[in-house]
Amino acid sequence: MAEDKKDIDAVSGVETTGHEWDGIKELNNPLPRWWLWTFYATIVWTIGYTIAYPAWPGITGATAGVLGWTSRGQHAQEMEAARAEQAVYLTRIEDADVNTIAADPELVQFAVAGGSSAYKVYCVQCHGSGAAGGEGYPNLNDDDWIWGGTLDDIQYTLMHGIRHEADFDTRFNDMPAYGRDQILDRDQVSDVAWYVRQISGQEHDEAAAERGAETFEIECSACHGVDGEGVPELGGPRLNDAIWLYGGSHAQIVAQINNPQQGVMPAWGERLGETTVKQLAVYVHQLGGGQ
Amino acid sequence: MLDQTAVEKLDVEAVNKGAKQKAQPLYAARKRIHPKRAQGTYRRLKWIIMAVTLGIYYITPWLRWDRGPHAPDQAVLIDMANRRFYFFFVEIWPQEFIFIAGLLVMAGVGLFLITSVVGRAWCGYTCPQTVWTDLFLVVERFFEGDRNARIKLDKEPWTGSKITKKAVKHATWLVIAVATGGAWIFYFADAPTLAYDFATGQAPFVAYATVAVLTATTYIFGGIMREQVCIYMCPWPRIQAAMLDENSLVVTYNDWRGEPRMRGQKKAKAQGLVPGDCVDCNACVAVCPTGIDIRDGQQLECITCALCIDACDAVMDKVGHERGLISYATLADYNHNMRIAMGGENTGTIDPSNVRDGNGGFVDAIRGFKWREMLRPRTIIYTAAWAAIGLALLVALGTRDRLEVNVLHDRNPVFTTLSDGSIRNGYTVKILNMVAEPRTITLTLDGLPGALMAINGIDAEPATTFDIPVDPDRLRALRVFVSQPRDMVQSGSTPFTFIVEEGEAGETDIYNANFEAPE
Repeated sequence: MAEDKKDIDAVSGVETTGHEWDGIKELNNPLPRWWLWTFYATIVWTIGYTIAYPAWPGITGATAGVLGWTSRGQHAQEMEAARAEQAVYLTRIEDADVNTIAADPELVQFAVAGGSSAYKVYCVQCHGSGAAGGEGYPNLNDDDWIWGGTLDDIQYTLMHGIRHEADFDTRFNDMPAYGRDQILDRDQVSDVAWYVRQISGQEHDEAAAERGAETFEIECSACHGVDGEGVPELGGPRLNDAIWLYGGSHAQIVAQINNPQQGVMPAWGERLGETTVKQLAVYVHQLGGGQ
Repeated sequence: MLDQTAVEKLDVEAVNKGAKQKAQPLYAARKRIHPKRAQGTYRRLKWIIMAVTLGIYYITPWLRWDRGPHAPDQAVLIDMANRRFYFFFVEIWPQEFIFIAGLLVMAGVGLFLITSVVGRAWCGYTCPQTVWTDLFLVVERFFEGDRNARIKLDKEPWTGSKITKKAVKHATWLVIAVATGGAWIFYFADAPTLAYDFATGQAPFVAYATVAVLTATTYIFGGIMREQVCIYMCPWPRIQAAMLDENSLVVTYNDWRGEPRMRGQKKAKAQGLVPGDCVDCNACVAVCPTGIDIRDGQQLECITCALCIDACDAVMDKVGHERGLISYATLADYNHNMRIAMGGENTGTIDPSNVRDGNGGFVDAIRGFKWREMLRPRTIIYTAAWAAIGLALLVALGTRDRLEVNVLHDRNPVFTTLSDGSIRNGYTVKILNMVAEPRTITLTLDGLPGALMAINGIDAEPATTFDIPVDPDRLRALRVFVSQPRDMVQSGSTPFTFIVEEGEAGETDIYNANFEAPE
């Protein structure tokens, strides 16, 4: 087809592109003006945009852009801003002791929120997402505290852990293995176990419990209290209640006397810092069982 | 009768002329419309409606309403930050949004009702697009003159005076546009405070952004796009067809008395022709804001602003015919009259002498509008539905609670065994004090034998009743622990109730909760 001659389509009156396939020709309708100018505007925009922002890929990385913006940088900036907002409260928590914090509704609100999120990261693995614990892992909702349930007690336990040997100030005790080390014979252990069932108000063998009472007074009352009421200072669990860390059946109590399980909790003080530990203490204390 | 040649034939053509008959390209460039100023009953009505609607829009945020010291004193306020909506004596919380939804349904049904009675009256009189376009046209006419002067000006080369006129016009438009956007934001914050902050650059970014967006839309829609918004962007012209029926009043050119239209009627009569009332002066086309010819019949572009009625009536007065050649008429009446004009059959030829009696009036068989036609099953049902919803909303508003309690049972743990063997459940109890006064609400635990409540943050012995102070117009969330002694605990789930009471107003609300215990 001759280049200099316009081919006008007879039906529509529109010029064709000159392309033809088996008699089918392509009309050359112009693009709408507004569309075309918008298109040009996007090209101009693109040039400016790729200069201002990171854009063109290279061998080791993309061009940096004259504004120096990065998504990572923006994230860091936003985190910084969030930290600055929190700093007001965090400083106040840092400067106050837990009891002062617990008396200030504003700080309690902040500490419970902060403690709750720290709990979800560091504590749920053992104590459960609802803090209800499980066998061998104490329930933090109830009013039974092995090492004491005041704010100060909880804070200390969090700071230094339980049987966490790397921490010099850790809470530590060691229940003797009465059966394994043959301090008591089988019958004595069984009798003491029946006695423990008795003082906790459960079904028991009356005669055996009576025999066990004497052994209890000699072997157990130093740590568990004369009436089994527990000695939080020594970490001696209360035995005359309805809460059992390792189970309250006769067999489970016998097993615990023969060969005690000794739970370990890490010391969080160094890892999380005192401010976070205080928030955790306030959070755990308000779960319902705090003393 | 006056000499009809005194009526000038205007040089104007409908912008959509011929479009109905032949296929059009998908895209056609806009033909600029220069609406002529109209005068008459409907124009006057439209001025009044414009003044009222614009007045409501601009003044409302500045009205004050005293609600006491604990609530804002702005009569109409949408308080997004605190999630409250104030409308004079009504205050709505987010969960009461059903009232707004109800109003929207009423607006919808109301629109159906109006449309089935008088066609697109919403479009022609009260739609913001129409009102603001009208306002912008007033400005345009003020600076550039009426239709002919504007056409002339547009054809002129760009002289200093043309540039000045155009610049002043656009500047005025922009001022109106800014004021429009500016008024909008005052509905969302305390108007005087926001006005000061806005002027001194202290207002939040979203305020400036909103004003900017609304300025742009007002300027573009009202000044530049105008009828194109109605024809191409708005869905209503498409939907309205389903709302109209043959008894709806729509702006109608009455062919039966107008045709055959002709100029120089004296001469025509002398030649033995029988002319219709239409003197073909094109006044109806010249005033049309969407640039159509109503004589082509009802069409999508017609917003029924009725300005053509005013224009035609003025001409009819001049030439000594009855008014109403273009009028609000129903399709049923129109068809009836058309049959008479065609001699009783659908011959396709209109003979005006069929509708005239000997004395220059119309024959008795010609039907005009009767008010009774408005009462039809359709309009009655719409009115009944509209009124029923309105009544239901009023009753609901009058009887709604201003004190509520919501309770969430802890999911994890569901219950906790305490050392003495009693069972404890945790709840989040939310007390809603929905009046703008501080109140002391009594929270009572009922129906759970022996159970006592303890509340976090409230230093008191466990009890079954607590007095809880709640801030004005606020929700107070409490962590409530309910404990039941070992010997009274029933296994599984036990229903009981939380009761909130307020002594002075005698308000009360209950929540049916469950107490969970080991199976």
